[in-house]
Formats: sequence, structure tokens, C-alpha cells
Amino acid sequence: MKFDTPATTNPIDALRVVGQPVSRIEGPLKTTGTAPYAYERHDIAPDAAYGHVIGSAIAKGRIAAIDTSAAARAPGVRAIVTARTAGPLGKASRNTAKLLAGPEIAHYHQAVALVVADTFEQAQAAARLVRIDYVAEAGAFDLAAARDGAVTPEDEPDSTIGDFPGAFAAAPVQLDATYTTPDQAHAMMEPHASIAVWRGDMLTLWTSNQMIAWGAGDLAKTLGIPRDKVRLVSPYIGGGFGGKLFIRADAVLAALGAKAAGQPVKVALTRPLMFNNTPHRPATIQRIRIGAERDGTITAIGHESWSGDLPDGKPETAVQQTRLLYAGANRLTALRLATLDLPEGNAMRAPGEASGLMALEIAMDEMAEKLGLDPVEFRIRNDTQEDPETPGRRFSQRPFVQCLRTGAERFGWAKRAARPAQVRDGVWLIGLGMASAFRNNLLTKSAARVRLDAKGVVTVETDMTDIGTGSYTIIAQTAAEMMGVPLDKVGVRLGDSDFPVSAGSGGQWGGNNSTAGVYAACTKLRAAVARKLGFNSTDLVFADGAVRSGDRSVPLAAAAGADGLVAEDRIEYGDLAEKYQQSTFGGHFVEAAVHAHTGEIRVRRMLAVCAAGRILNPKSARSQVIGAMTMGVGAALMEHLAVDTGRGFFVNHDLAGYEVPVHADIPHQEVVFLDETDPMSSPMKAKGVGELGICGVAAAVANAVYNATGVRVRDYPVTLDKLLAGLPEA
Amino acid sequence: MKSFTYEKAASPAAAADAAARTEGAKFIAGGTNLLDLMKLEIEAPTHLVDVNGLALDTIEETPAGGLRIGALVRNTDLAADNRVRRDYAVLSRALLSGASGQLRNKATTAGNLLQRTRCPYFYDTDQPCNKRRPGSGCGALDGYSRQHAVVGASAACIATHPSDMAVAMRLLDATVETVRPDGETRSLPVADLHRLPGDTPEIETALAPGELITAVTLPAPLGGTHFYRKVRDRASYAFALVSVAAVVQADGTGRVALGGVAHKPWRIAAAEAELPRGAKPVADALLAQARPTKDNDFKLPLVQRTLAAVLAEARG
Amino acid sequence: MQGPNDVTRRDVLAAGAATVAGTLAPTGAQAQSGQGAPPAAPSASGAGASPQPARAAVSLKVNGTVRDLDLDTRTTLLDALREHLHLTGTKKGCDHGQCGACTVIVEGRRINSCLSLAVMHDGDSVTTIEGLGTPEALHPMQAAFVAHDGYQCGYCTPGQICSAVAVLDEIKAGIPSHVSADLTAAPEPSADEVRERMSGNICRCGAYSNIVEAITEIAGRPA
Repeated sequence: MKFDTPATTNPIDALRVVGQPVSRIEGPLKTTGTAPYAYERHDIAPDAAYGHVIGSAIAKGRIAAIDTSAAARAPGVRAIVTARTAGPLGKASRNTAKLLAGPEIAHYHQAVALVVADTFEQAQAAARLVRIDYVAEAGAFDLAAARDGAVTPEDEPDSTIGDFPGAFAAAPVQLDATYTTPDQAHAMMEPHASIAVWRGDMLTLWTSNQMIAWGAGDLAKTLGIPRDKVRLVSPYIGGGFGGKLFIRADAVLAALGAKAAGQPVKVALTRPLMFNNTPHRPATIQRIRIGAERDGTITAIGHESWSGDLPDGKPETAVQQTRLLYAGANRLTALRLATLDLPEGNAMRAPGEASGLMALEIAMDEMAEKLGLDPVEFRIRNDTQEDPETPGRRFSQRPFVQCLRTGAERFGWAKRAARPAQVRDGVWLIGLGMASAFRNNLLTKSAARVRLDAKGVVTVETDMTDIGTGSYTIIAQTAAEMMGVPLDKVGVRLGDSDFPVSAGSGGQWGGNNSTAGVYAACTKLRAAVARKLGFNSTDLVFADGAVRSGDRSVPLAAAAGADGLVAEDRIEYGDLAEKYQQSTFGGHFVEAAVHAHTGEIRVRRMLAVCAAGRILNPKSARSQVIGAMTMGVGAALMEHLAVDTGRGFFVNHDLAGYEVPVHADIPHQEVVFLDETDPMSSPMKAKGVGELGICGVAAAVANAVYNATGVRVRDYPVTLDKLLAGLPEA
Repeated sequence: MKSFTYEKAASPAAAADAAARTEGAKFIAGGTNLLDLMKLEIEAPTHLVDVNGLALDTIEETPAGGLRIGALVRNTDLAADNRVRRDYAVLSRALLSGASGQLRNKATTAGNLLQRTRCPYFYDTDQPCNKRRPGSGCGALDGYSRQHAVVGASAACIATHPSDMAVAMRLLDATVETVRPDGETRSLPVADLHRLPGDTPEIETALAPGELITAVTLPAPLGGTHFYRKVRDRASYAFALVSVAAVVQADGTGRVALGGVAHKPWRIAAAEAELPRGAKPVADALLAQARPTKDNDFKLPLVQRTLAAVLAEARG
Repeated sequence: MQGPNDVTRRDVLAAGAATVAGTLAPTGAQAQSGQGAPPAAPSASGAGASPQPARAAVSLKVNGTVRDLDLDTRTTLLDALREHLHLTGTKKGCDHGQCGACTVIVEGRRINSCLSLAVMHDGDSVTTIEGLGTPEALHPMQAAFVAHDGYQCGYCTPGQICSAVAVLDEIKAGIPSHVSADLTAAPEPSADEVRERMSGNICRCGAYSNIVEAITEIAGRPA
């Protein structure tokens, strides 16, 4: 199905099932521990051996020698895989560094070997017996030091509109400030894990991966085998946040280990290895300049961001939102990329916007203060209904102002003291902060297959993944709505490369695109039903488990017949996304308390108001947003991979050292979805929401801390040590 | 984890004897720190002597009016004991501020005292650490040291002791009772249990090989108002940046000890004498010899400010 | 910064400990609960030998059923459950007591099963998520998690639920917490108490707000 004209009324609009806050259909499995994750498939590989991954002990250099003899003699050891034993391996373009290193080492804890043994304990112990001599080389590990050597990335040219330098210089009110965001880790709860099974030359990998088709292709390329000889299965994924977009060492080494051992092998990355072995959200240095008239009209806005990555890596696109979020005739955005020898940087939840808004939305708060304007009003004053870089190109929907006004009203924003450090609750300094949320909506083709059986059960098959986002449920809701059956008559099978290729989970594109693909397949199935029954397909009604045409009504089960019916289709997009800018919007509001003596920061209240098209399931969508808000609190207050700039690694590489929010850090969270449908996005009229929720949160927290204390912190995370000097005398 | 043989000990003396007989043996009780380190082969006992079956899990009143806490009393039970809650609130508070409910259910009184540092360089076997591998250097000293010691450290080691409970025990002048492999028992003040790193950071306590802690004894209650104020970025389930244990009497005198600043719970008599004069002189005396790093010099004002918070609360 | 040509070896070598595994007893002591059985004497094995790891017999009562196992002594309770009993509902998130995904209830108390050896639990009763309820017959706490959407990816969920069940018991038993204002008073199952007590269970998806609502709802129900 080609979606190239705005959606009109369609069966989804009935909203009998879609749009309802139904509980997740896989909930009973997840809450009873019976949903099988990648490492847990005793059913398919009862005899799997255990692989333990060894990471490089140096950050850069090469392996001089590996002696595996002692490990090979250790009890239970079946095989040891190194780059030498593995032979030539390919590298998928989505991986920056090799997944099995040797002899060159590109980063700390890059995988250098896999030890396969009969038991987990044996593999772990034998791995310690592998002797590796390294020759270390000097590397670049400090973004600030590498900043001056950073270059313009090939495919990310500067964007200049009007005369930014001139307009900024002429602006009566100016802000020129630099902000930093640290390296951050996905730290999903399920470690990267895979079970590999070879049957002849056919490899099946049970794994934990957000993007099945990418993964299957990349694994084939890495191993140098035909794509059709790889099957990837990933029905449950214990969190990803971008960290499982691409295959990792567990996948490649499980496959190589299984081949070498001649038996199925399972591999999970250990938690202390994950932080340096797998990608992270790269640190940024961001310079923001805003020039405005005294009435608050922005006349010049400039945003430059520096980040680093391994050679051939990519920048953190932290200036992305600044091209679209606020009006202003004179504009400059620019990315610079430095070469660093730290572990690979890559996408983490809302790549670009999450980091960019951390800086931009503090800058907007600072600018509002300079102008003597309320931060909400300052943003509203600079709203734009068209792409500021392309006059005339409108947003498909942009209820940004409504998000901010609704949020301000609901949160009691009017009670905020404009001057900071004015409000106390005992020993706690209280502040309110807000920030805009913005994230683009991305369209990408997505396919599904839908079966109707003789019992009237509808089964959807697509390689779409559910990483906690609610895919199972919204896909089931879509199929139920389209086929006119109750939710319990729908089965959903996900995450298998034998199924039609979907959008996958990433970039908050999964929900809208994958359900639109199911919509397309169901549209075909409805036609097949009509054809089979000889119905005129123009006045069909699918409802209550039956299909009606005029005064004829036939149960779907009967229509399916003994052999059932099957239909497959995909959604593809025309140029609506070029004609109209599709984005999602929101406002975050936060109340923070800062201890007047110790500087401890605690978030007391949080509200997000989101406009993200049709909300397919308000319950699971709300969960996406509160989860993202929680991750935003982490980004604001604690998360940072500490770089040892001498030795070139992330020091705090476990869950004790890399702190993410715990229960006690998070208050009750409120989420409001504006009633929006976007006919430009897809037949579902939905957009992404899972990443919108994190965009701006950290800045809202930082702004609340400023409002509480009068201390402006421009270097994340906002920790108490950065506040102490500005707090009242103890 | 290296392979090890395992036995359950039948009595404290038998446990000490078993540990002494087998080279590379270790006691295991809660296991929450030892197993953590064994998985990384930072600890690699060849033999484990499980002491959990020993009847060392009761809290009894002493003739001196104090409490004798069995070495195997779990952190949860110690914190929840009504006598501790009433008379030694600083201890209860310290315990409850540490780790998580799950860990406190396993971790024991003796094991808590003997837990090892959480320095990330100690935990990363690919990095230098004089405590883990004497002579290899200190990675933290020129590396990342936000959590590390600001006082009592050495050029060899700037690790901190991670325990909250130990700070309260130090404040309360607790005494540790032990049994040695030859059956000899002794008691030593908790003040003398932990060492400063000096040139031998790998030696952390005054215990002899095979010596088993059987109990920790608290003197009679001090009265006063008890505080355990733990400061950290995360609101729970995190080690202290700094912590202040204090007992403040109505006349403003009292005791104070610090956690998160040194290789052992940090208490200085001269500093306590300054208590009636406020937080600054106390902090100055406690940290007179402080030598922070660029990453952790904030701990100096933080100690003073946390003390100020405690004293303000004590004044009511 | 490491200079060029510095040769670095993995720690295990310089520590000189690489041969220790070779000195272990070929057959380890069998644990005999309460009998203090002495270990088999360590015997020096020749270079190149592959001494077998020490093993022990362990009997666990898991979800009401006695399960007899013969395990490598190194096997954690977590791996005994997941890899030997195939009870994979209990999750391995960090294997170091830093996340709570492995929380199970042993002898009525929640613990991190990753930081406990199976052999230390000989004779113990263990309740895992599978023992609380089934998809067809959910435990009230499981049902509350579904109703409140107290999870997303589902990986920390079994640990959260086991912890939640035990937390309510701890509050009933009068065990105080870090946020109990009055140490000597009986604690209440308030949202703040629940948040503090649940803080050993990390949910990176960030379902905390919903989890707390699920738990406080169950806490508020008359027993």
C-alpha cells in the first residue's frame, strides 16, 4: 500500500480497540517470568555450551600474542575463538569498530576472544587463563582536548540561513554560552545475549535485537555467508534504547563459537564488559548563541556541537532540533566530529535531540531571564508554523503552543517565582523548571502478514520487535480494529527474520510504521475475505467477528474456511514527509528540591504534555513517556560515563558505578496527550512518542535546579558538587 | 570464578581451624561482597568455609548495659532490632541507608565490617591497583577519583571504605570479638580493626589469617540524639559521597564520625571537642590533613555543610 | 596515557595466580549440611592436567517442590535456577548485586540470587516468580503490575514483583526503612516507603511511577 495522499476516514477511526488503554497482551507472560528472552531458550538449545567474551585490556594498540593453551586445557573447554582462529570476517557498515578485534585494538574491552565451555562457570574461569600480550599505543581520549582538531562530517554540512553573525552582533539581547553533556550508557536491564545454532550451513540466532532485518543482514555480512542462510529470532527484548539496534559481539561470537565447538553456544555479555564493549551516547560540547529583540523575538540562533567517535564514526547530531524548533530569520547550525579512541559512539534514545535539547533548553531559559520574560512565554513568542529553514513548508501538525499552555496551566506554573532562590520548604530550596520537547516523526516502510483461520482467529506475523514499547499490543489492536474481532481473537508473532520486514524499533518510528504495515496487510485480508464471499467490497463492515455487506452477515471463521486466508502487504510512503515537516512536540515541567546545606537534588513533581498524533494505546504510550522522563532525570542528575583520559576507558563500567535512577529518585509522573490525529503520517494518523518523552526533560530539571538555587550549571550531570559554592552559607 | 572446595563449619573454632588448615581458604557468610569479587577473580579462594550455620545470629544484652551482636546477625535484623532502634538509632539509620533491602537481608554484621573498597580500579582487573596487585600502581590517583578518599590516603591508594554500618560502629566505640585458629579469642576496638592504606593497601584489617569475627559489642547507650546523614547523588542504593554519623547531647557536646572520606571510618577526638562551636571547626579538625584530588575536593565543603545540616537538626 | 610499546598483560598473569586452578582437588568435598565435612585435601596436579571443578550435592525446595542437584560449587543460586532448573523467570541483569533483576524469596526473605551460592542454600525454600502465579492464575501482585502497566521490556519485572511481595511483608513485620521518620514506629506502606524499599530493583525502562501504584494498591487491600 502506497501512502501518498493524506489519510481520510478509514476503519481505524472507529476506535473500538485502537486508542483504548488496554493492558499489554503479553503482560501475563512478562509478569510470570514465562516470556522467553534470548539467553533462556532451553527449549530450542538444551545442549548449548556457554561462551565467555574476553575484552581488550588496552584502549588502543595491538595484540602481540595470545596464548590459549592453558585455557584450552581447562575443564570443560570446547573451543576458543580469536580473530586468528576465526579467519577473515566482514564488517557491517552499521558497526564502526570490529566486533572481534585482533591484532589491532580499536577500543577498551573490544572483544578479543570467546571461550566456550560446557558450563557457565567453566567458561568464565577458563577465560581468565587466556594470556594476552598487548602493545599499547597512544590514543586520543579527551573530547575537550580533541575539539580543535574536529572536522565537519562528510554528510552533515553546516546549515546557514540569512546572516547569522551579523544578526547576532546586532541583537540588543545576546546569549553566548557553552554547555557539555557527558557520555551516557543505555544500560538496558537485559545484557546483550545470543544463542547460535548451526544446522549444516544454516545459522539460527536467538538474540536480543531491535532491528531484525538489519541484524540478519549484518550478521551474514560479518560471517561472510549468504543472507538467506541466517535466521534471527528475537521475540522478547529486555530493553534496548538504541543499544541493540545493531548486532554486537555476542551475536558474532556465539555464531563463531557454535561453529568451532560443533554445538549450540550461548553468549551473554557480562555487565562490567558492556559499558566499554558496546556503543554509548557520545559526549558533546555545545555552543549556543541566541540574539533577540527586547520583546523576545529571536533574530539570530546559532548552535554548534562537537562530539567524538572512532575513525569512520559519526557525530552526535545535537543541533538537529535547532533547525526546526524556533523561529528566527538568521540561523547557523554546525556539527564537528573529532577522532577519539574511546568505545564506539552511537544512537541512544532520541539521538541528536536528547543531547541537543539538554543544551538548547537551558540556553532558552537563560535567554528568557536576560529578556525578563517568562520561559514559557519566550518560547511561545518564537513559535513557527513552518520549517524555519524552508519558508512555506508547513508542519503537518504543530500544537506546540498548546502543549506549553496546557502544561503551564496543569502544573501551576504561574506560581513560579521568576527570580531564583526565593522559595523554601524547610531546608529545601524549591524551584520550577520547564523545557520544550521536540522529536521528528520518521516514516519508513513496514510489512506484515495476516492470517485468518477457521476459528476466526487473526494472527499477525512481522519482524517488528517489542522492546518494551508495546508493539505486541498496538499491533493486536490494529488487527482487531481492522478485522472486527475482539483483542483475544488476535495473535501476534514478532521478531523473526522469517516474517515480513518491518520498520523495527528505533527512532520512535516503530509504532506508527509497524501498525500502518499491519493496516496495509489487513486491508488486503479484508479484500480476500470479500472476494471469497463474493461480497461487494465497498460497503463491507467488519465487526463482532463477522463481515457484513448489506443484510448479509458471515462469521469470519466461516469466511476463512478450512484452509484459512492469508494476506501480506507493506506500507510505503510517498512524498508527504517532504511536503510537510512531521514532528512531535511537548512541554516538560519539573519541580525540584535542593537541600540548602548539602546540595542534594530531588525531583518532586513531573509533568509532560505531548502532541504526537493519534495515541494508539494511551496506557502503553504513557509508559513510554514516563520511562523516557525517568531516563531524562538520570541524564540531568547522575548519568555520566567517567572517562579516564589517560588510559582511555569508561571507568564506572558497572551498575554500581554508572548510576541510573532508582525508585526513590522518581516521583509520581503526570502525562497529558493532546487530542491530535495527523493525516500526513500514515493511515494510523499516529506518530512516534517513545523518544519525545526524553527530549527536554534533563533541561527542565536543570532549569528547576537553577530556579531553586540561582546556580546555573552548564555541564551535565547537575550534581551537588557543582552547586555547593552557590548555596547559602551553611 | 576459580574452582573451590566447600564446607560448612560446625563451630567458630572449627571454622577458624578449617580456614587455617587450607591455604587460600576464606570464610563466607552473606557472600554479597566476596562472591561479587570472586566472579572477577579479585578474590580467588581455593576453599570456602561457610559459617552461616554457626549460632552467631543473636543480639544479647551485656552486663555492661550494652549489646552483643552476633557476627551473623543480618543487616536487616540488626537495623530492625527494637533495642538498636531505640538506643543506637545511628546504627539502625546507617544500616538502612546502605545497599538495598535484598542485600541487607543477606549481608552480615561481620561481613559488612570486612567489605572491601568499591574503587572502580580495584574492580577492573585490567587496570593498575596496589590493593589488588601490590606494586602495580594506583589507577585512581591520576585517573577518576570522585568517590575517593580525601584524608588518610597514601601515594599507594586513595580508596575509601564503603561501609555505612562501620561508621556508626566506630562512632559507638564498638568492639570486635574474634576467635583464632588456635582457639584463642580476643577483642579489639573497631577503631583498630581497619587500617589506613600506607604502603600496603592490600592489608586492610588487623585480623590474622584464619581469624574469625564472632561478635561485635556495643557499650551502654550514649543517649543524646542520633544522626546518620548520608549524602549521595542517587536517592538510594548508592555509596556515600560523604556521610556523617553523630550523637549530639543536649549540651551540644557529642561524637562525630565520617564515612566516604577515608580508607576507614574517620573519627578524631580533637574534632569532637569542637562540636559545641559548630560545623566549621569540627570539619576543619577532621580534615586538617586532607589531600583531595581535583575530582573530589568538593568533599571538603560537603563534609562541613553536611555537619552543619546535622547540627541544625540537632538544635531542632 | 600508555606509551607506545608498553607491554601489558592481563592481571591474572602478573598476579601469578594462573596456576591455582590446577592445584584444586580433582573431586571436591561434598557439602554435608551441618556436619562440617572436611574438604578433600588439595592435590598438586601436573602441568597440563585438567582437574575437574569441585562439586556438591544440593537440595532446594523450589516453589514447593524438592529439587536435588549435583552442582559445581561455583554455581550461584541464580544460575542453579536458570541454567539447571530451567526456571528462567529469575533474570540475570548484572550478576553483581547491582540491579535486583535476580531477586527471589528464600526462607521468606528477598535476596539477590546472583550473590549467593546454590550450595549455601541446601535445604532452603526458594520462591521464584514462577511460584507466585501463572499466566492463567496470576498472583494479585502480578495482576496489579499488568493493570498498572508496571513494566515495559519485562526483564526486571520478575525481580520487581518478588521484591514487592516481600516488601509488603517487611512493612507488616515492622522493619523500618531509610525514610521512616520515626524509627520506633510501625512503618506504613506509603508511596515513599515503597519507593525507598524498592530501590534495589532497577527498571531502566522507567516504569517506577506505575510500579509504585501497583504495589500501593495491593498494600491498601484488606488482607
